[in-house]
Amino acid sequence: MPSNRSVSDAPITQFINCRILRDHRLQREDLWVRDGRILDPEKLFFDEQGYADKRVDCEGSIIAPGFIDVQINGGYGIDFSQPSEDVGSGLSFVAKKILEHGVTSFCPTLVTSPPHVYHKVLPQVKVHNGGPHGAGVLGFHLEGPFISVEKKGAHPEKFLRTFRSGGIKDLIEAYGSLDNVAMVTLAPELASSQSVVRELSQRGITVSLGHSVANLSQAEDAVQHGASFITHLFNAMLPFHHRDPGIVGLLTSDRVPAGRTVYYGMIADGIHTNPAALRIAHRAHPAGLVLVTDAITAMGLPPGRHTLGQQEVEIQGLHAYVAGTTTLCGSIATMDMCVRHFKQASGCSVEEALEAASLHPAQLLGICNKKGNLDFGSDADLVLLDDELNIEATYISGEQVWGKGA
Amino acid sequence: MRLVILDEYDLASEWAAKYIRNRIIQFKPSAERYFTLGLPTGSTPYGCYQKLIEYYRNGDISFKYVKTFNMDEYVGLPRAHPESYHSYMWNNFFKHIDIDPANAHILDGNAEDLEAECQAYEQKIAEAGGIELFVGGIGPDGHIAFNEPGSSLVSRTRVKTLAKDTIVANARFFGNNLSKVPTMALTVGVGTVMDAKEVMILITGAHKAFALYKAIEEGVNHMWTVSAFQQHPRTIFVCDEDATLELRVKTVKYFKGLMHVHNKLVDPVLSIKDQ
Repeated sequence: MPSNRSVSDAPITQFINCRILRDHRLQREDLWVRDGRILDPEKLFFDEQGYADKRVDCEGSIIAPGFIDVQINGGYGIDFSQPSEDVGSGLSFVAKKILEHGVTSFCPTLVTSPPHVYHKVLPQVKVHNGGPHGAGVLGFHLEGPFISVEKKGAHPEKFLRTFRSGGIKDLIEAYGSLDNVAMVTLAPELASSQSVVRELSQRGITVSLGHSVANLSQAEDAVQHGASFITHLFNAMLPFHHRDPGIVGLLTSDRVPAGRTVYYGMIADGIHTNPAALRIAHRAHPAGLVLVTDAITAMGLPPGRHTLGQQEVEIQGLHAYVAGTTTLCGSIATMDMCVRHFKQASGCSVEEALEAASLHPAQLLGICNKKGNLDFGSDADLVLLDDELNIEATYISGEQVWGKGA
Repeated sequence: MRLVILDEYDLASEWAAKYIRNRIIQFKPSAERYFTLGLPTGSTPYGCYQKLIEYYRNGDISFKYVKTFNMDEYVGLPRAHPESYHSYMWNNFFKHIDIDPANAHILDGNAEDLEAECQAYEQKIAEAGGIELFVGGIGPDGHIAFNEPGSSLVSRTRVKTLAKDTIVANARFFGNNLSKVPTMALTVGVGTVMDAKEVMILITGAHKAFALYKAIEEGVNHMWTVSAFQQHPRTIFVCDEDATLELRVKTVKYFKGLMHVHNKLVDPVLSIKDQ
């Protein structure tokens, strides 16, 4: 009886007793879902005279759009950058595990690797929707190898490359194919980088600036050519200097074309960025802040030695170092931890903290028409949270895929 | 006529809501026997809707076997426009209660044939067995629904051109831009409301005081269409103190002296939990 058969046979779910994040604020509204998408209940009422088949009592929880992690290298012992015959199963394993952190879609990230790794790994994973099997894959984030030697961080120097053949040819040579690639992190000071930035942007691939010694003017040029993201702000770039603020200066640059926003990744794990630096970035440019975990193999694992790309890393507490050194090489934080820490450290509102993990990454990737918000027609990828922002349940396409105590 | 005078807006809203609640429960509506309720929009009934929602949430009342008919709707305003009466009813009442969407009727101001829409509306009311209780509000010029001054007191549901006063008063809802205010509306007629078994009219605020005076202390006059209800056998005016400012002292004293009688209509307040 309820759902109008002439429009759709799909059952309608009504989430009641909740506060939903819509139009940048938490509102006392019910959330309606049909066919995996968010439904306009007013239209349902007046046009179809339909109502809900099923009601889910959220007992006062917050409902936010599912989190999107655009930089995650692996976790639970899996390293996406490790070539194997079956990359898919490792990736699926992580995709399923991160549901409990509220992540409903992500960009598996490959650190600098030799061409044969890209050639082997990339063709094995296609962009796909999430579901009970795990979070959806939005496409790879290829961090390197076209980055600066000086700011290589944990990336192995011997595999770094330059655009010596003039640009896109070098990209194809290294990566093999750009299918299923969502984002590339490169250093804009490399010769010929501008044509690469333009070409990638035209193909709909997000260009991120990072692992770089670029000055501000080089960074601004890259933005004008289409770059729209900064990989883990403050990390692996020149420190802020008042006469040349470097890539960090993009946050307040007046050379960003009108109507465009430069986004920046923040590893809000309390280790990679001092809370004061986090506050500086947030206060200077709140609309661009994108929370990323930059999580590595050891996320979800106990302390000890683990493999990241071609290197050994060592976990001590919440720190992950290149083994035997004090160089940070990625985090072992989970997305929900980052959201909580960001809110606590920046003093921002609940809404801002949640949007930094949902709306902003969706805007960055240009997928706002279906993800990163709870607007009518968007995918019903949801997280239910308590007031302390602990995850209570995760939904993909309106279906519960993880639940606390389940 | 009954005139119920409460100290202030919130109490008037609560009184009206309790009255509606008791009337529905006393009626014992069922799948075979629906309670038909006529409904207004605007700022006056807002508090009454809030109370009804509260009663529904507490489990004291259900709208499962209630059919509603709204008084009016603008012509040509998109249904999803925040100022449309569809939006008003959805946001302030329907989405909060258990009414079956098929039983919630509002005139369609975007119908291709507006005349036919109005006739069909009258037909639907008749098919539902007429209106048991019509709740209404009025404008400062004494209009009931969109029956502007000069409307026939035996009018039926029809297209109506709005008075300049109404358009100007509504401009605040349309960014103070007169050109954006709809100039026409579909509205039930005075006669349509008169056919209801019972009519309850909410009047609050000093700006409505003159209209209340015209409604009950002067003669029946089509320039103050609400005055038609002087001829209705069961009409209740529910108002606050401010709305009585233009009434004679003796009128106010007389009806205030009757409050202990009127209060028996809402005390005890009934609940479906007790059935």
